Amino acid sequence: MAGSALALTALPMGLTHAQFRVEVAGVGLTQFPFTAVAFLGNDVAAHDMAAIVRADLERTGQFRFVEPLAGSLDENSRPDLTAWRGRGTDSLLLGSVTRLADGRFDVRFRLWDVVGARDLGGLSYPVSAADLRLAAHRIADQVYEKITGEKGVFSTRIAYVSKVGPRYNLWVADADGENARAALSSPEPIISPSWAPGGSQLAYVSFEARKPVIYAHDISTGRRRLLANYRGSNSAPAWSPDGKQLAVTLSLSGNAQIYAMGAEGGEPRRLTTTTSIDTEPVFSADGRHIYFVSDRGGSPQIYRMSAQGGQAQRVSFQGNYNISPAPSPDGRHLAFVSRVNGAFRLHLMDLASGEVRPLTETAGDESPSFAPNSRMIIYATRDKGQEALMTTSLDGRIKTRLAGAQGDIREPEWGPFAR
Amino acid sequence: MNKLVSPTAPRHAVRPTASVLLVSLLSATLMACASKVSLDEVPVTDRSNAPTAPVSPLGQGAVNPQAQGGAAPSNEVSPVQVTQSGDVQPAQLERVVYFDYDSFVVKPEFTAMLEANARYLKADPQRRVALEGHTDERGGREYNLALGQKRAEAVRRALSLLGVSEQQAEPVSFGEEKPAVNGFTESDYAKNRRVEFTYR
Repeated sequence: MAGSALALTALPMGLTHAQFRVEVAGVGLTQFPFTAVAFLGNDVAAHDMAAIVRADLERTGQFRFVEPLAGSLDENSRPDLTAWRGRGTDSLLLGSVTRLADGRFDVRFRLWDVVGARDLGGLSYPVSAADLRLAAHRIADQVYEKITGEKGVFSTRIAYVSKVGPRYNLWVADADGENARAALSSPEPIISPSWAPGGSQLAYVSFEARKPVIYAHDISTGRRRLLANYRGSNSAPAWSPDGKQLAVTLSLSGNAQIYAMGAEGGEPRRLTTTTSIDTEPVFSADGRHIYFVSDRGGSPQIYRMSAQGGQAQRVSFQGNYNISPAPSPDGRHLAFVSRVNGAFRLHLMDLASGEVRPLTETAGDESPSFAPNSRMIIYATRDKGQEALMTTSLDGRIKTRLAGAQGDIREPEWGPFAR
Repeated sequence: MNKLVSPTAPRHAVRPTASVLLVSLLSATLMACASKVSLDEVPVTDRSNAPTAPVSPLGQGAVNPQAQGGAAPSNEVSPVQVTQSGDVQPAQLERVVYFDYDSFVVKPEFTAMLEANARYLKADPQRRVALEGHTDERGGREYNLALGQKRAEAVRRALSLLGVSEQQAEPVSFGEEKPAVNGFTESDYAKNRRVEFTYR
């Protein structure tokens, strides 16, 4: 495996230290004041637990950090909550890091409700050095859920594609953009990554065979399966919520049409039968419907049909270019890209009312994907060929930006909650 | 993950219990390794010698008990490398058809070029050509892939009328992914809206 080791070190590493930068726009936000005290004994570990939790929470725009009082505390301490209340914080995170005899680390925390003077509970995470960041993200998830009542997504992962010079890489990174590792490196384009439910596999379109072909890729082992390599183009894979099948776009009939196929392969079953372009299929959260893009009405619009195919209802009505539908996991919203006066902008539809509003003022938005808690959307944006990834809250007010250290980054797809 | 009891409880009361499982899973994931994939070997399956049951230590040990049970995703990522290959193209042939904006019509000025390529293909039934459709960069990647396919299909039909068999010409699309020129003017875009003939 010496050759493989060399190939691995030759990967461009410029993106591995990328991080999302918060750009909070707008006023009137209510933010939860919180404090995370440096974890006792954190010196033994390579990562600062309290700092990672703080960065995770601040990046949401929903939290405001309050500098801690002097003194060292851990999860076993009984803090003087009156003093902390005077400091102006609502929540207090305390913890410790201990090296275990087997070389792993025991990361512990306890969260205090300063206002209600309540112990909100604590947990212990015994982890390897490589999983210290993950432990911190899981703590941030716990804090986020205790305070907001919503599940946190800090321990989830994102996939995206970079283009640096002539090289394309498919990356898997922590939700904060850190810890990026290349799953695939190719001299030909890679597009449309799609996470399988459970988060162990990605399907994507690779052009390495000088045509678009769909692979399913187990990211922990690097094992790949060819899912679709039919005559013409094979593209736009999307997993069903039960993981048993994928919707894909094939051009067997000469034009792009939507097919369903088993996750283990097998004969594709045609779901649309038109002479138009039908593409970008994506399952609704309940698996009963497929949203897709079709130009059957003369311009690309978003439609919805049964997951079995058949009659389709038009979903988008404003403008003459609406593409890339992304339904929220809670079934309430549909994110998509709409062209407005020549600008391609991320929009959000309330599926119950049909109401649509723009979430950005940029001109080259692409590829929206919901966080698994349905509270944020990740998307790509480009301006004169310069590409970056963005996240936005559903009201469009809180945005973060992840720019590649070199080259372009695109095609983000937010992974599911870990099972 | 272990619930911490109250701060006054002795520390040994909350020792983790999943250590044995965690260590074995960790060593399994550490064995995952990179491998090279040659284009000659596409389609690719099972390129890696890595074990099949990776589990994240935290995924198994740290979620709340109700959520446990499924296969936890590993935090490991094993990279796969793809290398390049090239085909030699016949030098005497023009090999690009250009299209107007939002158009899929093969213009009359390309008739002679299409006839020359048709003659070349018909001269040897073993010859194969990929008709690679491209768009300019405006719009979505997947929608542009479908538009590029439509251009490639238009050229395939034109070749078909000139007597080229279906087996010899495969229409495929690169969408906006492989622009001929990198630029943002209308004349740059015009050079990118094309179908390239690539002989294999």
